[in-house]
Amino acid sequence: MLNYVARRLLLLVFILFGVALITFLLMHVVPGDHAQLVATYRYGFDDFSTDELKAVQEDIGADQPLHRQFILWLNHVLRGDLGYSFISGRPVTAEILARVPATLELATFSFLITVLIAFPLGIVSARRPYSWLDNIAMVSSLIGVAIPNFWLGLLLILVFSLTLGLLPVAGSGDLAHLILPSITLGSGMAAVSTRLIRASLLDVLEQDYIATARSKGLGEGVVFRRHALRNALIPVVTVLGLQLNHLIGGTVIIETVFARPGVGKLIVDAIQARDMPVLQGCVLFLALTFSMINLLVDISYAFLDPRIRYGGGQR
Amino acid sequence: MHETIGVFRTRFPLSRTLESLVRDRAALFGGVMVIVLALVALLAPWLAPHDPVKQDFAQALSLPSAEYPLGTDAMGRCLLSRLIYGARISLAVGLLAGGLAAGIGTLIGLVAGYYGGLVDELLMRLTDILMAFPNLVFVLAVVGTLGPGLQNTVMALVALGWLNFARVVRGTTLSLKESEFVLSARALGFSNARIMGRHILPNVLGPVIVLATFDIPHTILAVAGLSFLGLGAQPPTPEWGAMLNAGRTYMRTYPLLMIAPGIMITLTVLAFNLLGNALRDALDPRRRGSAADL
Repeated sequence: MLNYVARRLLLLVFILFGVALITFLLMHVVPGDHAQLVATYRYGFDDFSTDELKAVQEDIGADQPLHRQFILWLNHVLRGDLGYSFISGRPVTAEILARVPATLELATFSFLITVLIAFPLGIVSARRPYSWLDNIAMVSSLIGVAIPNFWLGLLLILVFSLTLGLLPVAGSGDLAHLILPSITLGSGMAAVSTRLIRASLLDVLEQDYIATARSKGLGEGVVFRRHALRNALIPVVTVLGLQLNHLIGGTVIIETVFARPGVGKLIVDAIQARDMPVLQGCVLFLALTFSMINLLVDISYAFLDPRIRYGGGQR
Repeated sequence: MHETIGVFRTRFPLSRTLESLVRDRAALFGGVMVIVLALVALLAPWLAPHDPVKQDFAQALSLPSAEYPLGTDAMGRCLLSRLIYGARISLAVGLLAGGLAAGIGTLIGLVAGYYGGLVDELLMRLTDILMAFPNLVFVLAVVGTLGPGLQNTVMALVALGWLNFARVVRGTTLSLKESEFVLSARALGFSNARIMGRHILPNVLGPVIVLATFDIPHTILAVAGLSFLGLGAQPPTPEWGAMLNAGRTYMRTYPLLMIAPGIMITLTVLAFNLLGNALRDALDPRRRGSAADL
């Protein structure tokens, strides 16, 4: 087990290095001169002399070869220094950290809603496959996967905020502001999860040990709870881990729809304002968070299923 | 032994594919919808009552009428015409990005799986790194760097989309490499290129087609989402996501502007997903009738 964790950690270091390299390179293929951009921010558009531009170039190391620039930049990043926003002038790290709570809140509640919908629905569907309930669940999940989440969000605003006047349209703050965004994001993820949980359960129910349990006279309920559910849970854990991808992407869109001041909104605003340091910082931050949680999921998964620990560690 | 021969001979059971496609009502619905959408896209200039970008401010935000069957948007543009032309953009973008990703991914996957070694190692490590970015975040990083626009969005989606194809094709190639028909082709002295193109490629085509059918709605959703954020299609392009975003301002006065494009996106994605499910079941008989997973 320790061996497995060590191997995964080593891989993570390599991956994060790659992530940093790609993020760095992306920002250096930006049309236009990087130093010019920084100088424009510092002195105003076209409002700087050649000397001042030269000073900026030296400052950010633009006069050095690309690999030196990367090392210089990585050095700053490792110390938590992601540069300064072109727009607000504040440190990017501070900008991001200020936005984390709003995103974390949304992500947690959405995930909770996903679990609350997907588990009961997936289990009921798998117990009575092709029953009317299963059919309804499957049809709604098909539609749920197809509905764009930004549209669903707007529809919910239209019904619950504008027409019924029950909930706030946008913004953040109390629990009421969290309801519509979490339902929007959570139900979309539930649509995928329900199908996966159902499929995973149905697969387990076809296994020999289920037939054995049935043949020794156990009731269907006991077979289901004690044998099927437990074994189906392992793939489900990974599935929920996979949902993390949707979750992070979803917060970007949902925060924009509901004007929630989270990291996702920050990244979209940064792109629109061409605020490169903030964009770069957000991308790096989200990729780092994503990799770390994935690592945790993988490790807990290996903890649950010994076959993975000894399977050479390949995904 | 018998099975190996079977796989070798009937590598693309077209009649069986069609048969099970028709048998399944959901699949039929998906297939018919895709065909209808394709026709709408192709025949847009003849179907649309108006020029989708022609503005008529005197008629702005007007309700449905004989002249404008679904009314007009804030610029006085015909909503119906814009929806019809939107099918063109979504399908074209979906097919283009899906096709490019499939082509590039298949080629790389084939080479990596067949030759192994350094190419394979590089592919797998690159996969590891790219998968460390949440999908949308990577796309945003690329679009943010290159600048907003439909073309850059497609490039960003292809830059990520080829990975899935490469991984699936690599895996299948790896297992086929040791199969009897490849070994015998090699024993006959065929070139590597010929073995890859004539013997392995036809056998990975099934999974690639299925994956592509799912990649198209994914792309359509992603493009609509980015356009909604103002980063994809730019005005006055009649793209559904962009139309939805423009329509939200008038949610109170004329909600159809926001509702109609959403219905189009949902129907299109649903149609492709249903078709994809059916194709997967048809091309992979082992999965037929089993769990209806995604």
